[in-house]
Amino acid sequence: MPTDRIQYIYHKDNLQKSEPTRTKPEDLKTEEMIINLGPQHPSTHGVLRLEVITDGEFVREVIPHMGYLHRCFEKHAENLPYNQIIPFVDRMDYLASMNSEHVYVMGLEKMLGIENTLPKRIEYIRVLVAELNRLASHFVAIGTYGIDIGAFTPFLWLMRDREHIQRLLEWVCGARMLYNYIWVGGLFYDLPVGFEDRCADFIKYLKPKMKELEALVINNKIFIQRTANIGILPLDLAINYGCSGPMLRASGLKYDLRKVDAYSVYPELDFDIPVGKGDMGTVGDCWDRNYVRVLECYESIKIIEQCLVQLTGTHKRTREFDPQAMVPKKIRPKAMDFYVRGETPKGELGFYFRSTGNTDIPYRCKGRSPCFVNLSVINELSKNTMLADLIAIIGSIDVVMGEVDR
Amino acid sequence: MTFQEIKELIIQEFGAEVVEAENISGLQPVLTIVKDKLPQIAKFLWSNDKTYFDYLSCITAIDNLKAGIIEIIYNFYSIPYNHHFTLRVETLRGDENNHPKIPTLSEIYKTANWHEREAFDLFGIIFEGHPDLRRILLPADWEGYPLRKDYKEQEYYHGIKVAY
Repeated sequence: MPTDRIQYIYHKDNLQKSEPTRTKPEDLKTEEMIINLGPQHPSTHGVLRLEVITDGEFVREVIPHMGYLHRCFEKHAENLPYNQIIPFVDRMDYLASMNSEHVYVMGLEKMLGIENTLPKRIEYIRVLVAELNRLASHFVAIGTYGIDIGAFTPFLWLMRDREHIQRLLEWVCGARMLYNYIWVGGLFYDLPVGFEDRCADFIKYLKPKMKELEALVINNKIFIQRTANIGILPLDLAINYGCSGPMLRASGLKYDLRKVDAYSVYPELDFDIPVGKGDMGTVGDCWDRNYVRVLECYESIKIIEQCLVQLTGTHKRTREFDPQAMVPKKIRPKAMDFYVRGETPKGELGFYFRSTGNTDIPYRCKGRSPCFVNLSVINELSKNTMLADLIAIIGSIDVVMGEVDR
Repeated sequence: MTFQEIKELIIQEFGAEVVEAENISGLQPVLTIVKDKLPQIAKFLWSNDKTYFDYLSCITAIDNLKAGIIEIIYNFYSIPYNHHFTLRVETLRGDENNHPKIPTLSEIYKTANWHEREAFDLFGIIFEGHPDLRRILLPADWEGYPLRKDYKEQEYYHGIKVAY
């Protein structure tokens, strides 16, 4: 009998029962074997175990096992008022918290019917911080992808540049990664005085760095050979698997929710949607996925510049401006169901809300995370590739396990 | 296409009896259909030239304890037409030995595979015809379905105290 003093009854049967492999040794053909990749793997931000069936160097099947990080987002959400869920939303994709917050808050504002009444300055600040965070997230994706392939320098360079963004965002709201900055109906604070100038300086600094990066890794011959024509995802398969974000765009579809749904102030801004063209190999291969992220960084820089022009010009800071003026005391939407979606760096983040109308706690809040859906295609991508290419494929999906497990 | 047009299209193809209810009061209209016809209707919406719902955004299961039912909500989206459509099916909650059963959509949309596994994991819904219905987020020997409203967590799991 377990007592309070024994924390865990170790027994090898317990392990087998709780995390069994799907493939039994007796199901394997001759020459095949099971390799467990992970629970930790450098190309994933978090904990993931892959059950890989290999035949020599060839991968026959990949079965992902996850849930090691399960933090019960949905169960927590059923017990908390809407505004107190925002910090939990941050923790889903901890590399792009602002983007997740933006989508979540936008959904609630639509449910409350206040989405078009917010001051333009608030909307521009939201887009500015979200795009800064998108840059930071893509930097991690591109940088760690370099490590997967065997290049260490881009990682160091990009982490250095990401640090500037994190310092900027820390200045805005006091936290490095988990911000809780975008509130329903407003913002926690206005931008600190002098932020716009320093952000403009940062953009000026960043632009030549991006060129350097491209020369170092994207057009590098070894990098191209490791990633081009690997893990090809055809467009019809990508759509059928529900992929979104850079995954889907690398397969050649111009599909970005910032344009399609035209939320916030995105329709007033001028930016392109980069798609994979198969410059170095086939459309939708690992190289394309990585390159789409690099091109998106340029677009984000464009958006940030335009936001800064607006924030220092037409919608500049005034003494009267109060970012919390519109924040409702109690967030109590009418009884309804609502599905909201928005574009985060990984793809389409959606929330399904059910509100009963008589409390400020959601009856159900389901998170539809892009990483969860993007990861499901991995078996299809890595069948009959080499084991070393499998690493390149996982890295190119850019999964954050905090979002997969929730 | 509007919600009503899509509804008309479904009624034309499958008859009026497949539609159980509709809710157009909220921001997004929802159509409730008979659960047995779900794969046929999804296939029809997917392959029909007028609708072409090629993207299944989300599958949400909701435990409606008061009404004694579990609802499953499918958010379809059509990329070329930029249409949204929400389908809803409901089934009785069932009990430990008698799980609610819903036909799977994973034959039509591959993405439904993992969404359905998640719904099975957290709500205990059996998706009939699913190729690989296992728990996805929780350990395989976890007891109970945590997102049900009347869920009581087990006291010990492999000697670890669950409630703290």
